[in-house]
Amino acid sequence: MAKLNVNPTRMELRRLKERLKTAVRGHKLLKDKADEMVRRFMLVIKENKRLREEVEEELQTALRAFMLARAVASDDAIEEAVAMTGTGVELKVGASSIMSVDVPVFDIVEQEGGELYPYSFASVPSELDGSISSLARLLPKLLKLAEVEKTCNILADEIEKNRRRVNALEYVMIPQLEETIKYITMKLDENERGATTRLMKVKSMLEEKNDSDGEH
Amino acid sequence: MSEREGKIAVVGDKDSVLVFRALGLDVFPVDDEEQARQTVHALARTHAVIFVTEQVAIWADMYLKRYKSRPYPVVVPIPSAGESMGLGAAGIKSNIEKAIGADILFGKEDK
Repeated sequence: MAKLNVNPTRMELRRLKERLKTAVRGHKLLKDKADEMVRRFMLVIKENKRLREEVEEELQTALRAFMLARAVASDDAIEEAVAMTGTGVELKVGASSIMSVDVPVFDIVEQEGGELYPYSFASVPSELDGSISSLARLLPKLLKLAEVEKTCNILADEIEKNRRRVNALEYVMIPQLEETIKYITMKLDENERGATTRLMKVKSMLEEKNDSDGEH
Repeated sequence: MSEREGKIAVVGDKDSVLVFRALGLDVFPVDDEEQARQTVHALARTHAVIFVTEQVAIWADMYLKRYKSRPYPVVVPIPSAGESMGLGAAGIKSNIEKAIGADILFGKEDK
């Protein structure tokens, strides 16, 4: 791993040691975060799978019934029947946070006094009633699915991002810092040894000179 | 998020989505790829939840990818009146693979 391009000084060494400390701590925190996010993700994704299977099955039954109704009655009659909406669904949207990841939360506000079948029963086949009533029952589940699926999407995304951060710290940043610190320490030690040797050499040269001066 | 009042939209072929109108949802029937894309793109600004049929999800894939990591809008593929294409399950699968690195929930079904 390449070392950073810095001057081998004591000040730089001190700075790098501080950075290494931060990096190691950040790495540990991010790793813990990843673990917890994966745990949460597993809980949500299991629910997602269950809901998805249930909803798809029920929805298909309801939609088939609707298709049958369309086949039996004329297009105009069906369109007329569903055009007038008797009931409505309002949604309160909010956000909650899983490991500081924003995920959506829905609150269904059902309107009171709505009429689910705002048409004349005589003009449309009974399959339509069945289809509408089962869809109305399914709607809260559909919204739950929407919420859960979005949570999964966002969490999966965040887990991936987090993993990149952890890896960048673990395999690039921290080795680089360690290498550079080692390099600076060695360089400083080497300089120190060089200085000592130089002093010793000067001293011995001086002593030699003094000795030869004394002989004369 | 504040400007969204939690409206729900349904986009898809007429056969599959018309019935949602009876529940009071905003229904937008679309017939071709271009229309599907434009509708989804426009709805993303006004609606919190968009249910799309699997065909529309494939058509508007370009936009849906962009919305994936944002909290809103929430786009959910639903099967149409015909056969399910398994798009929802595929989405779950890809999420698991993204997060864990290997598929651990659907593993048995593939064998």
